Amino acid sequence: MEQLFKTRKMRLDLFKSRRSSDQKQPIDVPENLFRSCSECKESIPFEDLMHNLYVCPHCGAHLKLTAHERIRQIVDEGSFVEMDKRMTLLEGRTFPGYEEKLERLQKKTGLYEAVVTGTAKLGGIKCALAIMDSNFFMGSMGQIVGEKITRCIEYATKKKLPLIIFCTSGGARMQEGILSLVQMAKTSAALAKHHEAGLLYISYLTHPTTGGVSASFAMLGDIILAEPKCLIGFAGKRVIASTVNEELPADFQTAEFVLEKGFIDRIVERKDSRNVLIQLLRLHERRVSWD
Amino acid sequence: MGLRESEAKIASLEASLASLESEDILQKEAIVKQIEEIRQTAYTHMDAWDSVYLARHPKRPKASDYIARLFDDFMELHGDRFYGDDGACQGGLASFHGIPVTVLAQSKGKTLEENMKRNFGMLQPEGYRKALRLAKQAEKFHRPIITLVDTSGAYPGKGAEERGQAEAIAQCLQVFADLKTPVIAVVLSEGGSGGALAFSVADQIMMLEHAIYSVLSPEGFASILWKDEKRAAEAAKVMELRAQDLKRKGVIDTIIKEPLGGAHHDLDYVIAQLDEELLKQLERLMKKKEKTLLSERYEKFRRMGQSYEGM
Repeated sequence: MEQLFKTRKMRLDLFKSRRSSDQKQPIDVPENLFRSCSECKESIPFEDLMHNLYVCPHCGAHLKLTAHERIRQIVDEGSFVEMDKRMTLLEGRTFPGYEEKLERLQKKTGLYEAVVTGTAKLGGIKCALAIMDSNFFMGSMGQIVGEKITRCIEYATKKKLPLIIFCTSGGARMQEGILSLVQMAKTSAALAKHHEAGLLYISYLTHPTTGGVSASFAMLGDIILAEPKCLIGFAGKRVIASTVNEELPADFQTAEFVLEKGFIDRIVERKDSRNVLIQLLRLHERRVSWD
Repeated sequence: MGLRESEAKIASLEASLASLESEDILQKEAIVKQIEEIRQTAYTHMDAWDSVYLARHPKRPKASDYIARLFDDFMELHGDRFYGDDGACQGGLASFHGIPVTVLAQSKGKTLEENMKRNFGMLQPEGYRKALRLAKQAEKFHRPIITLVDTSGAYPGKGAEERGQAEAIAQCLQVFADLKTPVIAVVLSEGGSGGALAFSVADQIMMLEHAIYSVLSPEGFASILWKDEKRAAEAAKVMELRAQDLKRKGVIDTIIKEPLGGAHHDLDYVIAQLDEELLKQLERLMKKKEKTLLSERYEKFRRMGQSYEGM
């Protein structure tokens, strides 16, 4: 019992210290002035990379973005209002090493979990927004990611807002077991209500979108967009290769492959993403009343 | 001694009993007694890895056994109307105590030949789309749906990816969440990952005592987290994949008791209980107004995994 109070107090203190430092906007601090592209290995001056929206100027690879950098690139300046920012898991952190890893990642990323949710304006149109961040636990979906996304969808339904989710995830968070799996059902059920209310949902897939996230809200958009070359699929490539015992094509499970097979609407480059989203939001504004 | 070893020991004792030529009744009785003792210990002290073994036991009854015994007039319907007919998903119409129902089952085969046809119970996108088609048909005719869950997971194949496995499962999750007719799910043996969840969005979820239901197979879990598939037994123990664990977590509602040693030792016993529980729940759910049914189903999943702090 004493131990319980002690850990609880420790966690509270951690929150308090975090809260006081929350005021600062998280920015990417370059560890050195150059960064090498994860695809072509070219070294790029950090400032060039930033101005180029973290797209490699040499090979065009769309490099990983933090959730906050994505928000900065997408929304009308200063319009983002975050919800449920500090939500973290209370019970069910018992899997060996899980709790420590969570705390380590929280310190490292400045995030509390693998998704940032809230509302923002795009081209003056208000919408609900969820942005996953693969820097946090590969963007895996556990109870908190599921809960935050569900609340964001429910808020959108209640306030009759369009919804945009930027997906990036390795799938369900194994450490939380079955309760991470059922988040797929929970988020999909919330989307069913948003859908029933006649509201727009745009799903934007970024590298990688796989497993339980691809098999739930990622694939349920009225419009599904994707960044070039990003990995989109249900099962892992290694598992498939060993099941079917054959060589898989080089472009297997890329955005281009999935587009060709008919499962996404468009591939949109990062530099166009804000404008495309604004255009889509405008095209879904209601002008005709059927009542 | 784990269940696998115990069963091997019992089998060898039974073999020696059969080959015993002498008329020595005392010796025979001693062996029979020894078998009974091993059975009692093995079957009453089962760990999670033993449950995995029982859930995948070659003699464990399959969905087709339950369909044949629960319904006397099952009529199978085929095809997804897009691409093909998936043998791993059996769907059709039947009457249950005079109530017309739609049955959707994940079916494993009993022989190698049947398993080739049924793809070892691993559904392709066509299987999920067949289920979706029949579910919408059930909704149209206000027919309750009974799903039988038994799959190690959705098929991880090249074609399955090309034809949208993720999209097919996602559609199931969304459509079943809002389906305007009662849905009851029964986890028979193996409930593995999203492939099983797609058939488990229901008003009432039942699970056989020795079935397992998990985010991934213990082998896959060990391979992802520890890069070592051989630690599956260890994984099973920390995964909390047994009926009793899931009941405690609020993921399932009812546990259907199995006889000592598992369902294959006395299928009639399991059927009798399942029949009674299905009828009870069906009658309860059919009395509900559509709006109540749907909001309760939503709340049921909404409540799962709600332990958080610090907003």
